[in-house]
Amino acid sequence: MSAILTKSIVKRFGEIIAVDGVDLEVQEGECFGLLGPNGAGKTTLVKMITAVLPITEGKAWLAGIDVTQNPRQAKANIGVVPQEINLDPDLTVIQNLVVFARYFDIGRAEAKERASANLDFFELRAKEKAKISELSGGMKRRLLIARAIINEPQILVLDEPTVGLDPQTKRMVWQKLISLKEQGVTQLLCTQNMEEAAVLCDRLAIMNEGRIAALGTPGKMISEYGGSWIVEAKFDPKEIPSLEAELSSLGVYWQKLGDTIYIFEPNGVNIESILAERLLVVSRRVPSLEDVFLRLTGRSLQE
Amino acid sequence: MRWFSPSAFRVWQRNRDVFLKLWRSEIPGFLAEPILIILAMGIGLGAYVGMVDGQRYVEFIAPGIVAGYAMFSASFECTYGSFIRMEYQKTYDAIIATPLSIEDVVAGEIFWGATRAMITTTAVLTIATLFGLIHTPWAILVLPLGMLSGLMFASIAFSFTSLAPSIGSFNYFFTLIITPMFYFSGIFFPLDSFPTIVQRLSWVAPLTPVANITRSLVQGEFGYSMIWQLLVIVCIATIFFCLSLVLMRRRLLK
Repeated sequence: MSAILTKSIVKRFGEIIAVDGVDLEVQEGECFGLLGPNGAGKTTLVKMITAVLPITEGKAWLAGIDVTQNPRQAKANIGVVPQEINLDPDLTVIQNLVVFARYFDIGRAEAKERASANLDFFELRAKEKAKISELSGGMKRRLLIARAIINEPQILVLDEPTVGLDPQTKRMVWQKLISLKEQGVTQLLCTQNMEEAAVLCDRLAIMNEGRIAALGTPGKMISEYGGSWIVEAKFDPKEIPSLEAELSSLGVYWQKLGDTIYIFEPNGVNIESILAERLLVVSRRVPSLEDVFLRLTGRSLQE
Repeated sequence: MRWFSPSAFRVWQRNRDVFLKLWRSEIPGFLAEPILIILAMGIGLGAYVGMVDGQRYVEFIAPGIVAGYAMFSASFECTYGSFIRMEYQKTYDAIIATPLSIEDVVAGEIFWGATRAMITTTAVLTIATLFGLIHTPWAILVLPLGMLSGLMFASIAFSFTSLAPSIGSFNYFFTLIITPMFYFSGIFFPLDSFPTIVQRLSWVAPLTPVANITRSLVQGEFGYSMIWQLLVIVCIATIFFCLSLVLMRRRLLK
């Protein structure tokens, strides 16, 4: 059984189509990344999957449970780490966990035990009795994850869990997520951080304008959409029409940003030798996930 | 319309826990005002007011003050209190990601508002008793009435909250609805000398039946009018409770 399954789900807000028919299947124990520019529909998709937002069309299941028909049961099995920090400022750090556990009908003694263990795991023990306003950004993010796993969920859904964190804290959060994965927790991770996706995700999907533009392992995505080299070059603006015509005829993908052109050089083609007189090559590098992202979501970039 | 589940109690518990943590800082505020008004209006102004039946003025206004402050408690809790939790603290967003539904949140918030009204009723009734203004044990029935009227005022306030565009909107709610009700529900003076239109408005004001029943209970006088006034309270509470369920779902899913 898949941990998360959606069948052509659609979300419309009036005339606006936020999610436009998404099929997704996340295996048990997998870390699945959802990448996409702002407004691609990631958060809306996740809210539908986690039974918070009604689905306009299509269906979604969490661990086999239909989220529309049994939202309570579906939500009982998952943990959600929201993008926006919504810890309860009226309560202390430990109370945040204990009160949250109560929403899942976890008894008081059990809740305290789990809360205590989670504070240790996320290295927040020293802040047990602190107010939320006394925590640093990194501590708040860690507490959000500690809170999300208080019900010992099989599935963890994370919406940009490391946004705004310093590099050390970011790596610490990654370590925690990796160790949760080793414990068998399935993860659906929305992120805009390509390094994060490359480090954590077994597979990923790139979303653009409410649809999934591509899906696969990071390695497969890079070889499929990144080509073998990324050639960064300057050009004479007057040359652009003929340059573009030539690149098109070669079947090569490129992106133009200001006075720089990025050419996705496929295997067996040497752009430099073909267009040597018209291009001033600045650099030549191995493609990364970021290049794939830019290529697949290019249109929104130019807007 | 979707109904709430017993899990609404979890939201009530959350609010109770916060209250038990912070009540020491709130107590002086919510006791000082009723004491002040009993002293100023009841004893100060009361010295110049001659009642027809020989009753002291302060005894005449005491039941209404109990009813009025219960209304304020529930209204503040379910306007400013709820709005801050919803918009600034994002507490509702956090809760609806758990097995609880939007309806559970709404019901939990309204029940908590009613509980606040009940706590205030108890406190103000105790103060009135200490001032020697309560003479019958029947007055104890004012407590369950406080819960019921609290449910009504919390529901009215919450309906307004689910429509309020910003926290400033509550100024209108209090200056145009709640405060006028406090002064024109027959608590401080009978409305006989006012134009008919004021009297009619007073009769549709939800505080009027609450103040009337409270006065009857404190004076140990029972009558049929009490039953239909109770019915009015139940009806208004039901209508606004359902309205809150519908309006808040619509707001949060926008």
